[in-house]
Amino acid sequence: MAVTHRVVVTGTGWITPLGHNVEEVWQRLLDGHSGVGSTTLFDASTFPTQFSAEVKAFDLADHIGSHAERHSSASRNSQLAIAAAEHAWQQAGLRQWTALNPARVGVYLGGGEGPVDFENFAAAAVAGQLSAVEKGQSAMDAAAWGAVAAKRLDAMREFEQEPNLAAAHIAVEYNAAGPNLNTLTACAASTQAIGEATLIIQRGDADVMFAGGTHSMIHPLGVTGFNRLTALSTRNDDPQHASRPFDRARDGFVLGEGAGMIILESLDHAVERGANILGEIVGYGSTADAFRVTDIHEDGRGPVAAMRQALTAAGMTPADIDYVSAHGTGTSENDKIETLSIRQVFGDRAKNVSVSSIKSMLGHLIAAAGVVELIVCIHAIRDSVAPPTANYQTPDPLCELDYVPNEPRKMKIRAALSNSFGFGGQNDALIVTAPPSA
Amino acid sequence: MKSGERRVVITGLGVASPLGIGSAAFWDALMERRSVVRRITAFDPSTLMSRIGGEMPDFQLRDYIPKSHRKSVKLMSRDITLAVVAAHVAAMDAKLPTRSLVDRGDLEAGDLDPTRLGVNIGAGLICPDLSELGEAFATALDDSGQFDLKRWGRDGINNLTPIWLLKYLPNMLACHVSIIHDAQAMSNTVTCGEAASHLAVGEAYRTIARGMMDVCICGGAESKLNPMTATRPALMNRLVTDGDDDPAAACRPFNAERRGTVVSEGGGLLVLESLEHAQKRGARIYGELVGFGCAANTYSWIDPDPTGANIALAIKNSLADANLSPADIDLAGLCATGCVEHDASEMVGWRSVFDDAEKVDCAAVAVKGGLGNNGAGAGGIDLCAAVLAMHNNTVPPSVNVDPVDEQCPFAFAGNDPIDRRIDVLVSVAYALGGGQSAALVIRKVTE
Repeated sequence: MAVTHRVVVTGTGWITPLGHNVEEVWQRLLDGHSGVGSTTLFDASTFPTQFSAEVKAFDLADHIGSHAERHSSASRNSQLAIAAAEHAWQQAGLRQWTALNPARVGVYLGGGEGPVDFENFAAAAVAGQLSAVEKGQSAMDAAAWGAVAAKRLDAMREFEQEPNLAAAHIAVEYNAAGPNLNTLTACAASTQAIGEATLIIQRGDADVMFAGGTHSMIHPLGVTGFNRLTALSTRNDDPQHASRPFDRARDGFVLGEGAGMIILESLDHAVERGANILGEIVGYGSTADAFRVTDIHEDGRGPVAAMRQALTAAGMTPADIDYVSAHGTGTSENDKIETLSIRQVFGDRAKNVSVSSIKSMLGHLIAAAGVVELIVCIHAIRDSVAPPTANYQTPDPLCELDYVPNEPRKMKIRAALSNSFGFGGQNDALIVTAPPSA
Repeated sequence: MKSGERRVVITGLGVASPLGIGSAAFWDALMERRSVVRRITAFDPSTLMSRIGGEMPDFQLRDYIPKSHRKSVKLMSRDITLAVVAAHVAAMDAKLPTRSLVDRGDLEAGDLDPTRLGVNIGAGLICPDLSELGEAFATALDDSGQFDLKRWGRDGINNLTPIWLLKYLPNMLACHVSIIHDAQAMSNTVTCGEAASHLAVGEAYRTIARGMMDVCICGGAESKLNPMTATRPALMNRLVTDGDDDPAAACRPFNAERRGTVVSEGGGLLVLESLEHAQKRGARIYGELVGFGCAANTYSWIDPDPTGANIALAIKNSLADANLSPADIDLAGLCATGCVEHDASEMVGWRSVFDDAEKVDCAAVAVKGGLGNNGAGAGGIDLCAAVLAMHNNTVPPSVNVDPVDEQCPFAFAGNDPIDRRIDVLVSVAYALGGGQSAALVIRKVTE
């Protein structure tokens, strides 16, 4: 048999629309607070959706002091990721561990593309189009585009849009010389990154991994894309109640932004240095719908297979799972098919398992959503409390599960399952438990 | 390969490159020392900082997809198209009876479990079609002809097709391939620049070795032939900006007179499967993947590490995984983009693997001189070239390497290919921006 190392979590950090401190944000989630408000990062006042869940009052120097200077040209994504990494690194206590081998420390992120330099991007595209019309060409006049681009595009702002940059910044900041990867499987990305990082440690290719994600699509092109897909809620008169996972009156997700990071470590490595262990990743499943680009398979084939893979990897049955952190975006289709999928996997136990979506409060952090939800699972297990699904008012006959409506629930949680699904039929599931007993 | 794990072999190669589509055309072009780098024709490049690149030959997409996917063509950006073509070529080469190949009548139905077939495709930062966006943006101008965000949000936005975003998500390469071929196992999208293909293949290899799937279509694809994607690397001083007079000679990997890389487009995908699965269906085996290593650049997220430490660590890790030593390497597959400092870093990295020997008895191949650099797809094309060299026991010429940099420890095939038995090859890739690096060790499977 191949060697398999057990993988534990020894640090957590996040920068979210409800704050930057792990314990404070966790409490706000239990209290049902909302991080949603009018969009301020750009003038969205005429867009179909004029609100979002923004990270507030963020300054990288508040998190890493004078080191922030060298990351000053980093994109918002990279800066959020570095800050989240710092919190996780500090909690893990690895800065003090002098025996750490940098070549055995890696990074696996689900990092999104950096925000577009929209004003200049649009100006160049318009110049290309107007010139094409003038010349009677059907395609854009690239020469006219280029003339404007040469004057207006900034080298570093363009460079920092590459999705692998956040992981690269972290490698330098923390001298993490080992495996360094980024996956961008849409809204499933950071769950997939944690799963893949877990596999890397399991098979012995690293001792310690930064795993998580970062994303901000709160820019004109991002909101344009989601609005055109009619994926976003347009409840402009009541933004704080717009994210309504599993509620009959749901009308789409609320776009959020942020970053989350966990430190994964082989159990042996964590025990050797006497680390404070926060939880154990015991299962990971990943599948493709292989159905349609635009639709989820109506039977929930992919999500069902991903959850079952995770259970098999954990050596568990549905009877071992007490809490499910749903992908729960608040779109009509996702919530219906996720419910159906959970019911298939859990069978008779489905009505006894607590399922909630913190996207009701934080919005949808896209590539960063999964890691934030996994950190929530770790705290739910620690404090024996399931966070609520806020804004749950009217049951939907197509969504019949116990969604922990509006109030947190004190309950023993032995193991939690965290789902993330992405456009294009990406399905990922993780199972986390309490730390191994000493 | 670690003890107790399953053996993993390469059974299909799918090249879709400016030097040809399919192994036969690609190999012929390599042997003929062809360079297809020329002035860009996809758009008017006259005002761009670099005006040359490697462009795909003409092809008909319908030759590579099943009838059922024709209505989805409108959802495909150029990057997705290249991945779909390369995946078809790879599956055909492997005679893998996927849903598409059976539906198209290319192959007889066979014993292939879709829930054990996965996809891992490296992708780039896909730039939207600027014509499409520009046309929509131009419907939202203010009275002075400037783009007006308020008008865009209110009205202009409706002039963009509703599915616009779905064409540009990086995971849509893997998504389309998984739908076309009915690949329901793991689907991953590694986005790490030029290292993406190697990282995707390496991850696929480890995943199959540990039993999570049996077969994987893996590698990468990207098009840099968009005014924006052809400009970004130029802004970072990584492109040849004065190659107009002799484009074919502009990209000079490991050459003492190199002065940058050139943009390109294409895809390179491989079919990997467990040895047991390959043997059971009687598949042709090109070689066995026996080592994977990867590492980060801790020196800078912008510039290459002058010590080549990340490249050396990736190679050393891959050799350790393979339980082989540097002396076992018959062929070095280079990343070799032609960038001044990046190539220097790669040379130093390779040399340190060989204990800084000035010259080593190891052949090398660098293909970007003839076709340019297509980012996330480049490594897949490099891997196909190296595996074909092993398969044919022939080291193809590397275009534009002379005069070779004196720091280079390898001897290249000059005008003529070299006959040489290749039992072990190591192929390397690293991201020009970000510095992620990866190495794969492939060994000939002897009967």
